[in-house]
Amino acid sequence: MPKDSGIGASTKRREDIRFLTGQGNYTDDINIAGQAHVYFLRSDIAHGTINSIDTSAAAAMPGVVRVFTGADFEGVGGIPCGWQVTDRHGEPMQEPAHPVIAQGKVRHVGEIVAAVVADSLSQARDAAEAIVLDITDLPAVVDMKAAVAEGATKVHDDLTSNLCYDWGFVEENKGAVDEAFANAAHVTTLELVNNRLVANPMEPRVAVGDYTRHNDESTLYTTSQNPHVIRLLMGAFVLGIPEHKLRVVAPDVGGGFGAKIFHYAEEAFCTFAAKACNRAVKWTSSRSEAFMSDAHGRDHVSKIELALDAENNFTALRTETYANMGAYLSTFAPSVPTWLHGTLMAGNYKTPLIYVNVKAVFTNTVPVDAYRGAGRPEATYQLERVVDKAARELGVDPVALRRQNFVTEFPYETPVAVAYDTGDYHATMDQLESMIDREGFAARRAASEANGKLRGLGVNCYIEACGIAPSNLVGQLGARAGLYESATVRVNATGGLVVMTGSHSHGQGHETSFPQVIAEMIGIDESMVEIVHGDTANTPMGMGTYGSRSIAVGGSAMVRAAEKIIAKTKKIAAHLMEASEADIELKDGAFSVAGTDKSVAWGDVCLAAYVPHNYPLEDIEPGLEETAFYDPANFTYPSGAYACEVEIDPETGKVTIESFAAADDFGNVINPMIVEGQVHGGLAQGIGQALLEACAYDENGQLLTGSYMDYAMPRADDLPNYQVDHSCVTPCTHNPLGVKGCGEAGAIGSPPAVINAVVDALQSGGHAVDHIDMPVSPSRVWSAMNS
Amino acid sequence: MYNFEFVQPGSVADAASAMAGEDAQALGGGQTLLPTMKQRLASPATLVSLTGIADMKGVSAADGVLTIGGATTHATVASEAAGSFPGLAGLASHIGDPAVRNRGTIGGSLANNDPAACYPAAALGTGATIVTNTREIAADDYFQGMFSTALDEGEIITSVRLPIPQASNYQKFVQPASRFALVGVFVAKYADGVRVAVTGASEEGVHRWTAAEEALSANFSASAIEGLSVAADGMINDLHGTGAYRAHLVGVMTKRAVAAAS
Ligand SMILES: Cc1cc2nc3c(=O)[nH]c(=O)nc-3n(C[C@H](O)[C@H](O)[C@H](O)COP(=O)(O)OP(=O)(O)OC[C@H]3O[C@@H](n4cnc5c(N)ncnc54)[C@H](O)[C@@H]3O)c2cc1C
Repeated sequence: MPKDSGIGASTKRREDIRFLTGQGNYTDDINIAGQAHVYFLRSDIAHGTINSIDTSAAAAMPGVVRVFTGADFEGVGGIPCGWQVTDRHGEPMQEPAHPVIAQGKVRHVGEIVAAVVADSLSQARDAAEAIVLDITDLPAVVDMKAAVAEGATKVHDDLTSNLCYDWGFVEENKGAVDEAFANAAHVTTLELVNNRLVANPMEPRVAVGDYTRHNDESTLYTTSQNPHVIRLLMGAFVLGIPEHKLRVVAPDVGGGFGAKIFHYAEEAFCTFAAKACNRAVKWTSSRSEAFMSDAHGRDHVSKIELALDAENNFTALRTETYANMGAYLSTFAPSVPTWLHGTLMAGNYKTPLIYVNVKAVFTNTVPVDAYRGAGRPEATYQLERVVDKAARELGVDPVALRRQNFVTEFPYETPVAVAYDTGDYHATMDQLESMIDREGFAARRAASEANGKLRGLGVNCYIEACGIAPSNLVGQLGARAGLYESATVRVNATGGLVVMTGSHSHGQGHETSFPQVIAEMIGIDESMVEIVHGDTANTPMGMGTYGSRSIAVGGSAMVRAAEKIIAKTKKIAAHLMEASEADIELKDGAFSVAGTDKSVAWGDVCLAAYVPHNYPLEDIEPGLEETAFYDPANFTYPSGAYACEVEIDPETGKVTIESFAAADDFGNVINPMIVEGQVHGGLAQGIGQALLEACAYDENGQLLTGSYMDYAMPRADDLPNYQVDHSCVTPCTHNPLGVKGCGEAGAIGSPPAVINAVVDALQSGGHAVDHIDMPVSPSRVWSAMNS
Repeated sequence: MYNFEFVQPGSVADAASAMAGEDAQALGGGQTLLPTMKQRLASPATLVSLTGIADMKGVSAADGVLTIGGATTHATVASEAAGSFPGLAGLASHIGDPAVRNRGTIGGSLANNDPAACYPAAALGTGATIVTNTREIAADDYFQGMFSTALDEGEIITSVRLPIPQASNYQKFVQPASRFALVGVFVAKYADGVRVAVTGASEEGVHRWTAAEEALSANFSASAIEGLSVAADGMINDLHGTGAYRAHLVGVMTKRAVAAAS
C-alpha cells in the first residue's frame, strides 16, 4: 500500500496551487513605490578597447535619473570568483578582474558598457541610444585551442596568457597511468565536444535594488538559487556592505538550472544604483539579454583514452579537456571542469589508474559556469561514450563490458579522491534490462528497417557526486565557502511548525517534501508544517540549492533541528506526565510513557512551552525553536542505468527518440512523484543537449544563437513517454535520511544513452560512424552518413 | 518598442488612405512585425490594423478558385479550407503554434515573404493571384527574393486567389529551433500540368523547381523525381544545414509531397 502521508508518500505539490493559478510572487512582480528602471547598454562586439563613452546627451534626455559607466565603479569591488583552482605546478589559477561595468575593454558580446536609470524603461532605452561609444575593435578569441596557441590575442592584457589553469589530477599518478597505457592490450581513444548550452529558465533574471536612508539598509530582490550567497559575495566583495545592512530576497523563482546560482553584475548594479539614486532600481532581463548575459554551460572539448587488458578489464583512463571559461570567471566556474568533473571520471567502474588534465581557457564569450549536473555530465558523457566505443572495437556486448568492470564492493575508494559509500550497479542495470525488452530489440529493428528507418539501442550507466559538500574537503580543494546547510524549526504555541531553511526552492517542491519529513518524525499532518525560504532576513545562513543538495544537506539540517525540538518536547512531556524522560515515546502526534496508558498530545506539550505554568523552568527555557547547521561527512552518490532507443530517417538524418528508460538509485525517496518529475525534467534537458541544443558563436565572437529562432529547445513532441524507476535503493550511510538527491541525474545520465543509440543505428545501416558530436541535428546526422 | 499611433479602419479604402500617412505600416496578426518593433528594428509612426476589415476576412471557394481574405488567420484557413483544398489547409495547420495561427494572417505572411515561410510556397505552387487594393499580381511576378515582393509602398494585400488543384500537398522539414521550413515543398497537380514550389532552401527565396514540374507533369509519381537533383549552389548554408543538405532535402520533400498528394 503506498503511503498517503509522510516519507514515501506522493503528496501533491502544495506550491503548484499558486504557480498554476498565476498567484506566484516572482521578482518581477515586486514593484517599489517610486522605483526607477535601468536599461543596460551592452557591447555588440566581442572584443574592443573603449576609447571614450559620451553620456552627456543621454543624461539630458527626458526622465533620466543618472547614467553610469565603468568609471562610476572605480573603487568598487569586482564580481568575485568563489573557487580557486591550483594548477599542475602548484600555482594558483590566473584570475582576472571582473568589473560590474566594463572598464577599458569590452570582452564579450553582451557585456555591460553603460547603464541608464530613468523613470521608465522606455525612457532609459531611448537615452541609451543617445550614448556615444568610441570603441576600437580587437580580434576576438573564440576557439579554445587557438586561444592558448603562441601569439594569440589576449582576452586580459594583464594575464600572461588565455590559460586560466592547467590542472592535473591526480598529478602524482600521471607516470603510472602512462605506463599502464604502454602495457595495455587494447586502447580506445575518442575525441568529443560537450556542446555549449544556455540554461534558459522560463523566468529570465530580474533584480530590484532598494535602499532606505533612515537606517542605511540595502535590499536586493533577485532571481537567485541562493540569496545568502549573493548577500555574502555582493556585500563583502563588491559593494562593501556589511551583512546586517544588506537583505537579499529571492521570492518565487521560475527555474534556475544553475544559471541563477551565480552573483551577477546586474544584481550589484541595482543595489549600488538604488543607494546612489536614493530610489529603488529595477531590471528585468529580456530573453535576448538572457542569451548574452546568463552564464552558459558545458563547452568542453575532450580527448579520452581507455586502456584495457587482454581480459577486457579497464586498467587505466586518461583524459585531456579544454574547458571554456568565457571572458571572466563566474562564481563557481573554475570548480566545474575540475572538482566536479575529474572526481567523477571513475564512474561506476573499478579502473585503478586515472589521470585527468584540464586546461581552462579564457575566450571572448559569455562566462561559462555550472548548468544542471555541472562537470558530472561532461565526465559521464566521455566515459560512457568511450566504454561503448571500446565494446564495439572489441566486439563485446556493451552491457557485459560494463558489468565486468563495475565496482561491487562498498565503500569504494576511487583513484580520483572520492569514496562511494553505497551503490549497487548490477541492481540498477538488472532493473533497466527488465524495463527495456532487449531480446525484442532485433524484431523492433527489423520493423524499423522494413519502414526504411534505422534503429539503435544505447545503454549507459552514470554515477554522480551530489549532496554538495563536506566543507573541510572543499576548502582543501579551493572553495572559498563552506557548503553546509542550516534550518530553524519554530514550533508555535498551538503545535504548528515553521521551518526556515537555507535551501531555496525554485521548482524542486521543497514546500511539499520538507513537511513530509517533519510530519513523519512527529506523527502529525503535513499541513501543520510550513516552509519559509528565500529571504536572508528570516532564514538562517544557507548555501542554497544546487548540486542536488537540498534534501541531502538542507533536509538533514532540518532533521537535526527537529531532533532538538523533539528532545526538548520529550523533557516537557516527561514533566507533564511526571515520568522519566527516558520512558517517553513520541508517536502519531502524542507522547506516551512506555508501559503505561498515560499520554499527552503534541499540541498540549507545545502549548506548555509557551504557557509555562506547569513547566520545568529550572531545567529548560520556555519556547520551542531550534536551529541546526549540518555539514555533510561525504558527497552522496546516486547512480543508475539508462537506455535509449532511437529511429533515424536515413533520407533526412532526423533522429527520433522511440523510448527512454531510466533506472536510478537515489537512496531513500521522500516523495516519489516529485522525484519522478525531477527525473523527467533532467531527461528533457539531457535529451535536449543530445538532440537539439547548441549555443554557437561565429569567428568574430558574435552569438549566432541569440534567440529561440536559432537555439533549439526541446519540446514535448521531441520527447518520448519515459519509463522511470527508482525502486533500487541503497541508502546513503552518512546522512540521517539515507537520501542521495535526484535533481541532476536525468541531465547527467541521458546524453550518452542518446548518442550510443545513434551510433548503434548508424552502424547497423553500414555507416562507418564511430562518433557523432551533439546535438545530433538532422543535418549533422545526414552529413555523417554521406561523408 | 517606440511609441506609435494605432488605427483600425473598417474598410479597405480607409486603410489605404491611412497607409498614405508618413511612416504608416500595415499590421496583420503582428506575429512578425510586433517582435521586430519590440527589438526596435522597426519604428512605424502609425500602425494600420487590417484585422477589423470584414471584407478582408474569410475563405470562399467558387469556380475552382479558393479566395482568402488578406486578413484571414492561419487557423481559419486550416479549418475552412480543409474540405475544398486539403493541401493548403494542411500547410496552414502546421504554421507556428496555436497562438501564431490564431493571430497571423495570410496577407502578413505573403507581404513579409520570409525565405523560410510556408504560404509563399503555396501561392507560387498554385500560381495564385495576389489581389491588392490597386491591382492583381501573378505569383510568378510577385516574389522577388528574400523579404522582397512586388508590393509598392503602402499597398495592401486584400485577398489571395488560389486555383484549386486536383491534388496537392505541402511537406515541411522543420528547422529544429524556429520550426519554420528548413526546406518546404508545395506540389500541386492541375489538369494542364504540375507546379512545384520550394521554400526555405534558396538564397533567392521561394522558387519553382521546373525540372521536377516537367517530370511530374509527364508522370505524377514519386519515382518521376528519381535521378533529378538540385544544385547546392545558391542554397542557404547556416547553422541548421549546409547548402548540400538543403539541396538534397528538396528532392526528398518533393517525393514525399507527391506521394502524399490528395
Ligand atoms: C513563433 C512563431 C512561429 C512561426 N512559425 C511559422 C511557420 O512555421 N511558417 C510560417 O510560414 N510562418 C511562421 N511564422 C510567421 C507567421 O506565420 C506570421 O503570421 C507571418 O509571418 C506574418 O503574418 P502577420 O499577419 O502576423 O503579419 P504582421 O506581423 O502583422 O506583418 C508582417 C509584415 O507584413 C505587412 N503586412 C501585414 N498584413 C499585410 C497586408 N494584408 N498587406 C500588406 N502588407 C501586410 C506588415 O506591414 C509587416 O511588414 C511564425 C511566427 C511566430 C511568431
